[in-house]
Amino acid sequence: MNVKHILNEIEKVDPDVYGKLDTRRHAMKSFFRVSGKVALAAMPVMLGGMFKKAYGQGGGSGLFDILNYALTLEYLEDEFYKAALAAPNLIPAGAATGAIQTIGAHETAHVNLLRSAITAAQGTPVSKPTFDLSGGNGSNNGPFKDAVTTNYALFLAVAQTFEDTGVRAYKGQAAMDALIANNDVLQVALQIHSVEARHASHIRQMRKANGGLVPSGVNVKPWITGKQSGIDTTAVQASYDGEEITTQATIQITGIAPGISADAASEAFDEPLTMAAVLQIVDPFIVP
Amino acid sequence: MSKINESGNGTLLPRLHETNPVSRRNFLGYAGGAAALAMAFTACDKNDNENDEDGINLGSGDVGILNYAYALEQLEAAFYSKVLETPYTSMPAAEQALLQDIRDHEIAHREFFKAALGSGAIQALTPNWGSLDFTKRDQVLATAKAFEDLGVAAYNGAGKLISTTTDGKTYLTLAGKIVSVEARHAAYIRDLISNGTFADSTIVDAMGLDAAKPPSEVLAIANTFLSTRVSGRNLPTS
Repeated sequence: MNVKHILNEIEKVDPDVYGKLDTRRHAMKSFFRVSGKVALAAMPVMLGGMFKKAYGQGGGSGLFDILNYALTLEYLEDEFYKAALAAPNLIPAGAATGAIQTIGAHETAHVNLLRSAITAAQGTPVSKPTFDLSGGNGSNNGPFKDAVTTNYALFLAVAQTFEDTGVRAYKGQAAMDALIANNDVLQVALQIHSVEARHASHIRQMRKANGGLVPSGVNVKPWITGKQSGIDTTAVQASYDGEEITTQATIQITGIAPGISADAASEAFDEPLTMAAVLQIVDPFIVP
Repeated sequence: MSKINESGNGTLLPRLHETNPVSRRNFLGYAGGAAALAMAFTACDKNDNENDEDGINLGSGDVGILNYAYALEQLEAAFYSKVLETPYTSMPAAEQALLQDIRDHEIAHREFFKAALGSGAIQALTPNWGSLDFTKRDQVLATAKAFEDLGVAAYNGAGKLISTTTDGKTYLTLAGKIVSVEARHAAYIRDLISNGTFADSTIVDAMGLDAAKPPSEVLAIANTFLSTRVSGRNLPTS
């Protein structure tokens, strides 16, 4: 068994694996130096122990639950963008296609990263579900039926909803015991979280430029105003309910300084969603 | 770094805390320059631990982290306030409206932290914009981009420094509520500079991860924009 080789392989998908093993970095260097003298049979045990500490401290099954939940959401986003990019004449060539390729590549990277993290911590990544991208629970005839085939405005609307929901989903897990107790995984989750927010910001600008499915009188901004989806359907409203709050930790934000409106107060803070709420939102996209 | 050290007399730290065109250029450039600069600071900080004049102490524990965020939000709020007091030449109305939104968000963040910290809050900080020309769109947006990306990296790096207590969980969730808004700002500003750069490879790595920076790196950069320097010497490190 070649321990260095395994770490090199992991480093390909997770260049920071040595960083995650941070405090043990020095120990590992010593380990490699003396490894010639160590009985080969002892290596897997030592390696497993290091990964458990790096990825699984204080986590246990709770941590795997959270990571597999995140993985499921990333599978959905990844498949959604892949399908849209594969559809002829859906996404305009040029800047739009470039942006969706950038976003899609990130979702693929998130899938790979989460799978490798779960595996490295000796957990089992969930399999990719069979998705119904129409949101029809397997009927393929749901409200978002043409989003990845012919209806570009609908594609952007679903993309915005997925990204805004993804932001809320990661945010909702940050303070969970299994995550807050595991610095390395918490930081990775935060680093994914802000990327999803960057995606949401850009998709919202694409929707503003496109103008399709935007209710009249609504100005779609890179941030979320009140609980407005900015999308002309109630089918996505659950992803925005709760975003309208203007009080944070009992402090009233509206008027906290001159000119701070309720709109600004709600925009300035994105709100979390629980795992249960998010699973209910994505349930129509998963074939039972 | 060695070049900079050799070229001057005395320590690097006091010189860079003056209005220093080199440090600003690094800040506005790409991460490599900023990282190298930050490493220089980190290295020098070790010799500077005994210095009582290393700035306003942010404090320790969760209060220290909240003050750290408060300091950064003060800087951002002051920056956008100035941008809108002295708009750059021919600022389009749509751009102005969204920059006003961003200003209001940063003011809301700043005032939130001030209220949450109460008597534990650090003082109001005085920004120093040096030679930044607020009439020039490219300079203003480049600075905005750097602030927003830095803010995102700061919150991403600070999450793990927050305690696991009940209060700590509240703070972590609050930081999460704010950082995604900063990321929305960052993406918008980047797209204003060059459409499609909202999450390009200069800020999101091959694993699809945004940047995360420790307070030492972030404060080294933030301090170049402050007349009243802040010190994170007592902040948690894990």
